[in-house]
Parts: sequence; C-alpha cells; structure tokens
Amino acid sequence: MTYRRALLALLFTASSVAAQDTTRGVRIGLTYDPGTKPGVVVLPSRGTGADSIRAIVQRDLDFSDRVGIIALDAAGMSDASKASAPNWPMLAKLGAAAAVQITPTATGLHLAVYNVATHQTALIRDFIAPTMTEMRAWRAAVHGMSDELEESLTGTRGVARTRVLFERAKRIWMVDSDGEQAVPVTEAGTAGSPAWHPNGSMIAYSVLIPSQIVVHDLTNGRSRTLASGNGVFISPVFTPDGTSVVYGHGVDDGVDIFSVALAGGPGRRLSVGRGSDNVQPTFSSDGRRIAFTSGRPGHPEIYTMDADGTNVDLLTPLEFGENAYRASPDWSPDGRSVAFQSRIGGIFQIMTIGLRDRALKQLTSDGQNEEPSWAPDGRHLVFGSSRSGVKVLWVLDVESGRTRQLTRGSGVRNPSWSPRLTTN
Amino acid sequence: MTRRTAALSFAIVLAVGGLDACRKKPEPEPTPTTVTPVSNAGGRRADSIATADAAARRRADSIAAADAAAAAARAGDEAKRTTGEMAAILSQKVYFDYDKDVLRDDARAVLDTKAPILIANGWVSLSITGHTDERGTAEYNLALGQRRAAQVKRYLESKGVPENRMSTQSMGDSQPASEGTDEAAYQMNRRAEFEFPASGGALVRPRS
Repeated sequence: MTYRRALLALLFTASSVAAQDTTRGVRIGLTYDPGTKPGVVVLPSRGTGADSIRAIVQRDLDFSDRVGIIALDAAGMSDASKASAPNWPMLAKLGAAAAVQITPTATGLHLAVYNVATHQTALIRDFIAPTMTEMRAWRAAVHGMSDELEESLTGTRGVARTRVLFERAKRIWMVDSDGEQAVPVTEAGTAGSPAWHPNGSMIAYSVLIPSQIVVHDLTNGRSRTLASGNGVFISPVFTPDGTSVVYGHGVDDGVDIFSVALAGGPGRRLSVGRGSDNVQPTFSSDGRRIAFTSGRPGHPEIYTMDADGTNVDLLTPLEFGENAYRASPDWSPDGRSVAFQSRIGGIFQIMTIGLRDRALKQLTSDGQNEEPSWAPDGRHLVFGSSRSGVKVLWVLDVESGRTRQLTRGSGVRNPSWSPRLTTN
Repeated sequence: MTRRTAALSFAIVLAVGGLDACRKKPEPEPTPTTVTPVSNAGGRRADSIATADAAARRRADSIAAADAAAAAARAGDEAKRTTGEMAAILSQKVYFDYDKDVLRDDARAVLDTKAPILIANGWVSLSITGHTDERGTAEYNLALGQRRAAQVKRYLESKGVPENRMSTQSMGDSQPASEGTDEAAYQMNRRAEFEFPASGGALVRPRS
C-alpha cells in the first residue's frame, strides 16, 4: 500500500476531526516518496508493563512491513516521557507521520494515535486485556491492539494476533507471530502436517503410527480421529467453510485426495491418480478449487481441480528431467496466486505462480527453502529454511523481500499460518 | 532406536540368540537309578535279579532317552539355525533409485529369495515398510514410501505369496537408516524394510 492511501486510511478511519482534512493528509503524503512506509513513533508511557507493551507493539508494527518504526534516542525518550502532550516539532523533525502512545490501565490498555501533521488526536481507544500473569492471553491482547492500530495507520488490519503451527521431532508446535510463546500442542509421537480450521479454534494433523487424521480442539484440548486405516493418511486441510477435512490417503494403488465431513462418516475420493501420488491439497478461498501436488507426470508438479475432483489442470509449466520437483502448494488468501517449492539447480526455492497469467516468481535464493504457508494478509509467507545452517522457520514479506527468523532451535518443518485469531 | 526397528531387531535376536543358547546347552545327564531294599530271603535273589533287570532297563531307557533328547536338541539346533537363516533372508532390505518406486534388478533378486520362504511358511505374515531419503517434502515422501512398499507387495504377490499375508505402510523420510547427507547415505535410506512376528514359531527351508 502506498503512503498516500495509508494516510487517507488513517484520516478516514481514525476520527471525525482528522477526517475533515483529507487534503492536508494527501499533501503530507507527498512529502514522502510514493511507496515509502509512513514513519511512526511509539512514545514511552508509564505503568505496569508499559515498556513491554511498547516493545511488543513496536515489533508488531515493524514485522507488518507496512509502517516504519522511528526509534527515539535517549534525549527523545527523556523528553517524551516528561511531556504531557506530544512534542510536535520533535516528531516532525524525526519524519513521523503518526505518534502512538499506549498506557496500561486497570482493565487493559489505553491507545492514543496522533496525527503529526495536524497536531490532532486521530484515535483514542481502550482495550480489555488480562493481567500479565496470564502471559499468553495478555500477549494475544497486545497483538490484537497492534492489529487495530495497524488498520488505523494503513487501512489494512495487521496479522500480529496470529500463530504458526509447525512440526518438530514428530510433534505439533504452535508459536506466536512474533516468535514468542512456542508450545507443543501434541504429545510425543508421530504427528505431522498441521492445518488450521478457518475459525482458528481447531487444528487437523496426520499421525503415522497408527496412520490416521486427527482433529484437535484448541479451546478444550480434546482430540479425535477423523479417518484411519491401512496405508497412509497425510496432509489434511479444512475446507474454507470449515465443514470437512480433505487429505491424502492410499494403500497399494497410489495416494489420492479424499474428503471427509468433520461430523464424521466415510472418506470420499476426489482425485483419480491412477496409481500416482496426489497429496498436499490447498483450497482457493472461495472453496471452489483445490491445488495439489501430483506425481502423475513422473515427478511432482502442481495441479488444480474443482472441489469435487473434476476439471483437473496442470498449473505449473511442466519441467522435464531428473531434477524437476514442484510441491507444497498454498493458495494465497486473495486467490490470485499459489506459492510452492520448486527445485532450482538442485536446491528447493519458494516460488509463486499467478492463477490468471501463470507468471512465475522466484522469492528465495538463500539456502534451501521449503513448504510455504501464507499469512492471512496475503503478503507474508512462512517457510522452512536452512539459510542459517539449521532448518528453522522464516518469514518473508513478499512485497519488500524482507525476511526474519521466526523460530529458534532446529529440525522444524511444515509450517501453517493461522487465520486472524479471536481466541487465546 | 525406534519402536519398529526395535521389533525387527528383536525378531532377529530371538532367532540367532536362540540358536546360540541351544548350541551351548550341556548334554542331558542320565537319570540316576535307585535300588529298592528287599526283605524276603527266599524271593530275595529273584527279586534282586528282577530289581537289577529293572534297574538295567531303567538305565538303558534313560540312556535312550538321553540319546533321543540329544538328537532332538541337535534337530532343534538345526531348526533354530534354519529359522535364523530364513529370518535373515526375510529381513533383508531392498533399495530404490531417487524418487522412484521401480524395483531394480538387485531388489528383484532379493525378493526372489523371500517369496519361496513365505510360501513354505504359511503362518508368516509380512509387514512391508517403505522409506525415502530426506530430499523433497515430508508429505510427498510419505506417499512415495507407500508406493515403494506397494511395489514390493505386488512383486511378491506375482511370485505366489498370498496378498492377504502382506501389509504395507510408509515412514517417508522420518526414519533414516543413515543420518548422512551424501548419496551413499541417501541410497541406504531409499529402502523397503520387512517385519514378521517374532513369536510365530520355526521357519522351514523351502524345498528347492
């Protein structure tokens, strides 16, 4: 999003006072190069946990890649913490378009957003938050506030209050979008391939021994087997309407894509692989099409089909040779492209392909990069990468090319980015 | 060690270990004979002759029994040895080319030695597990491992092994046989492994 639209959004969504003066907002926008992120100063404040909140929000805004965080030096910090009102000349000198102050209150958080150009308060809001002793829920509340703040600044809601599921040592783990609060979801075992329910309250995953698809309710911790039997049960995903789970299953005649109702019942075969492997289904957001990995041409390529298994189409341009390998498709939330991994020069890289024009874009080149999963903002991807020497998760901003490491440790694979969450 | 390979090793240890135990077992001692005291003087001689005869018979019996036991032990030794040999053949892994489920000549040769053993030992059920090297995605590798196991099963079926005595599964790339990251290690990992019940009984050699 350009700065111009961002400022307009700020002014329109923020307050009636600011909304009166759109021309001035646009004019201020012109003082920056088009496409430059609006600069934001997060002012210090007093109260229990104020410094932690400021640090979390600054990081959330930074990780959004839509605003530029302007740091205050010691003098600026000292000045800002003494001042009762924003120091407009200082903020203007720093190049800030907006200043933000968050103050802890008895019931949660008090947010104030200031428009530096107009010297006006653009937004005042109070958020309910639990106490810091409930760290997980408290952080979730702070991230939720960051997302609203981002919406007021840029017009687009943030994705700070999201989590990423991943697989480590045959267990499913979950981590906050900022890399904090990593916790195992499943016991030690043979679990893999986690996927989110569209409402974020439930996950599905595969188990190798005994082979099955499991759904796990995050709100009460209960699990149940949805499909099981001989052969493999792998790569489950929920349908966008949340009523079914679609997965790969096969015994002795290749692996095909099946669908089973979340309420239970027999699995229904969707793909007709004729002995080939068909795995890793991913839905278009309207639920009408499925992209999947198929070995039918002799090596893995990305195909699409209708949700009922008809109208099969090769999506990726067929490559020949020993090294061709396209897999792990993930349909973008805006429906326009599919991210996947492709072997280039013997090493896997993340690519996207446009649904309409079939234009290919290579997004990574550093180390081995695999198994991309889109954030709900459709601009960030999480994927497994060996670029640091060990296999951990990284986040890429597709628009700016900026990357950050999400998880620590090693042996991490199969990430799945959640929808925007409302539960803790 | 994983549960699966542990079970497999157990099967082999049982067969080979059992063989060792039999070989080292000492020859059974003849049962000691006791002479019953007699009281009647007249019948004493006859009785004592009868007693002596009985004792001699018992001694002879016990020697025969000991011989039989030794022979049985030797036969048991042989059976155990055969079981061990057959188990080793049944456990032998087969290997695959990268991203392929096609059976190579070396794999077919190995399977050709398994089929007659399976046919000759009707009680044996065989579990076939397909594995892959670490390259590629975990999920596609699980499917590839399943396809490899299925190919093996199909081939054994074509050699006369009843379909219902074989089961297939895949561990994908999750249980590498070698942790290396070179082609030699990858080749070790692209394999099918075989398991059969450890407590099922003796395996006989197929008639050639």
